[in-house]
Amino acid sequence: MSEQPLRGFRGAPRLITRWTRLSAGFTAGFGGLIVALAFVPALSAGVVQDMTGLLILVLMAVTWNALAGYGGLVSIGQQAYIGLGAYATVWLCNHSVNPFLAMVVATMFCGAVSIPLSFLLLRFRGPQFAIGTWVVAEALAIWVSFDSALGAGTGTSLSQIDSYAPTSREHYIYWLTLGLTAVLLGSLFLLLRSRLGSSLQAIRDDEEAAASVGVRVVAGKRILFLLAATGAGAAGAMTLANTLFIAPSSIFSVNYTALMIFMVLVGGLGTFEGPIIGAIVLYIVQKEFGNDGVWYFVGLGGAAILFAMLLPRGLWGTLEERTGLRFMPLGYRLRRPSPPPAEDPV
Amino acid sequence: MTWVNAVVQGIMLGGFYALIACGLSLMFGLMRIINLAHGDLAVLGAYLTYLLLEHWNTSPFLAILPVIPVMLLIGYVLQRVLLERSLRSGLLVPLLTTFGLSIVIQNLLDQGFSVDDRSLGAQAGSIATSSWQITSQLSIPAIGVLTLGLAIVIYGGLQIFLSKTRSGRQMRATAADPDTAELVGINSRAVYARATAIAVAIAAIGGVFLAIRSSFSPYTGPTYLIFAFEAVVIGGLGSSLWATLAGGIVLGIAQTIGGQINTEYPVLAGHIVFLAVLLTPRGGLLNLRRSTA
Repeated sequence: MSEQPLRGFRGAPRLITRWTRLSAGFTAGFGGLIVALAFVPALSAGVVQDMTGLLILVLMAVTWNALAGYGGLVSIGQQAYIGLGAYATVWLCNHSVNPFLAMVVATMFCGAVSIPLSFLLLRFRGPQFAIGTWVVAEALAIWVSFDSALGAGTGTSLSQIDSYAPTSREHYIYWLTLGLTAVLLGSLFLLLRSRLGSSLQAIRDDEEAAASVGVRVVAGKRILFLLAATGAGAAGAMTLANTLFIAPSSIFSVNYTALMIFMVLVGGLGTFEGPIIGAIVLYIVQKEFGNDGVWYFVGLGGAAILFAMLLPRGLWGTLEERTGLRFMPLGYRLRRPSPPPAEDPV
Repeated sequence: MTWVNAVVQGIMLGGFYALIACGLSLMFGLMRIINLAHGDLAVLGAYLTYLLLEHWNTSPFLAILPVIPVMLLIGYVLQRVLLERSLRSGLLVPLLTTFGLSIVIQNLLDQGFSVDDRSLGAQAGSIATSSWQITSQLSIPAIGVLTLGLAIVIYGGLQIFLSKTRSGRQMRATAADPDTAELVGINSRAVYARATAIAVAIAAIGGVFLAIRSSFSPYTGPTYLIFAFEAVVIGGLGSSLWATLAGGIVLGIAQTIGGQINTEYPVLAGHIVFLAVLLTPRGGLLNLRRSTA
């Protein structure tokens, strides 16, 4: 790490560690927070639906950032999986699958669909990838709007879930969203700590250099693509559950991408915690200004531009940069052996 | 004969897409970036023309003339203020900033002009509606011929500008190798700003033709950004400008033939052709000159 003086290389051997006291405490706190969040419905029932909304934002931000921040791939088409996750849930419920099981299966279905698509889209990066993903989303929206069994262009609702009482239904939806968020955050955490994670961070920093030292760039990107699609699919299934009605024009809307870009840029592109911060910021902004219509979106777009240009590492990335602290044990640290080895007088 | 008609209509529609795509292709060829607000800038051009026509009772073909210098200026400022800084931070940031700009333009237009659909077709007079009836199933609309003709004139003019003028040669040198171009005294930032100004002005002309051919609203831009990008990619990203014109025509024909099969299919058919072209080994029909790297 940068705080190590160069002469250290000639001195006592350094230990490579992953955990610091700070990151251990922070990780434990993070895990504790997720467990604590499971008790929200018991404590205050009124906020359950809002909290579900916040978790959906977290899902979107974290998985979009996995693709853009670590894979260097800006997708403008994650609404493809949001829409697909929602419509797959409707389709499964229409075929008498339990609604909550349907949401999980639809999420996994989005992940499965992304694999063949990745062979088409991962040949590209930059603008071709961005607009390629967007066209896929547009084509899916048109295709869904042809299907009268799914309500065609006018939309459809999730009536099967009415068999649950409204309050317990809200709680189940919340717990499922929390569970999906925890699973995806956990997967990303483990992925970034794995050997593959080091290659992903190398790809993020310099794709050509990573490839030249033998990093399998496309394989790494494919896993991120899969993770991002699964996350967006989960967000779509849970959006349907939380609002109970969807139409192709809104669930396949590119506005979801605008939200993802805002959250990730504000929180910190390519950081683990940043997108979560961004989601909380967006949640507050939505509460305060969400009814202001056009000015709300002008503000989101404007903030995204300003953050991209003036604070490219976002709030969290800038904090890490300024303080040198790392809150999650994702990288490696060099440390002097402690206690220092005792000098043997013989 | 209906199929011949579909192809003929497709060629003219393609001329229109090529008109919108021209600036996108120019900017990508030079700076390797895609301006995601390109479609919204085209729509902005249409709104400025619309605004002018509220106070000045004339044809949109005349009203666009004072709009062009305004759009040149907007393009110049856009490059200097936004894109130049974004470019310095790599491949990702220009996508993010121009996407943000796209959202801002759409919603400001919504605030200023409301979300209603508008059209300049009525002000354009008979040229928007008249057509030559060749046979019972083949008719050639005047506006289609005019759009295609203008696209060819603009592409030709731009080609002459790039090969014959000093400024155009500087642009080609910068596109080929910006660092070496700087070494021989070319100010690449000024070149980029000039190119973006031209790109935005041509987009605005495309926007006015969009407004004459059909209707537009503050949120129309992204649809035409996608069509324009499809035209650029089908032609071959980073190859010559003429390839974009050809790509636009392929897209136009794909859409009209899709529409001939089923009236709901035109846009989907265009998307499918675009994705099929992405699958080809070179990722573009006319990727002859150099790969996109």
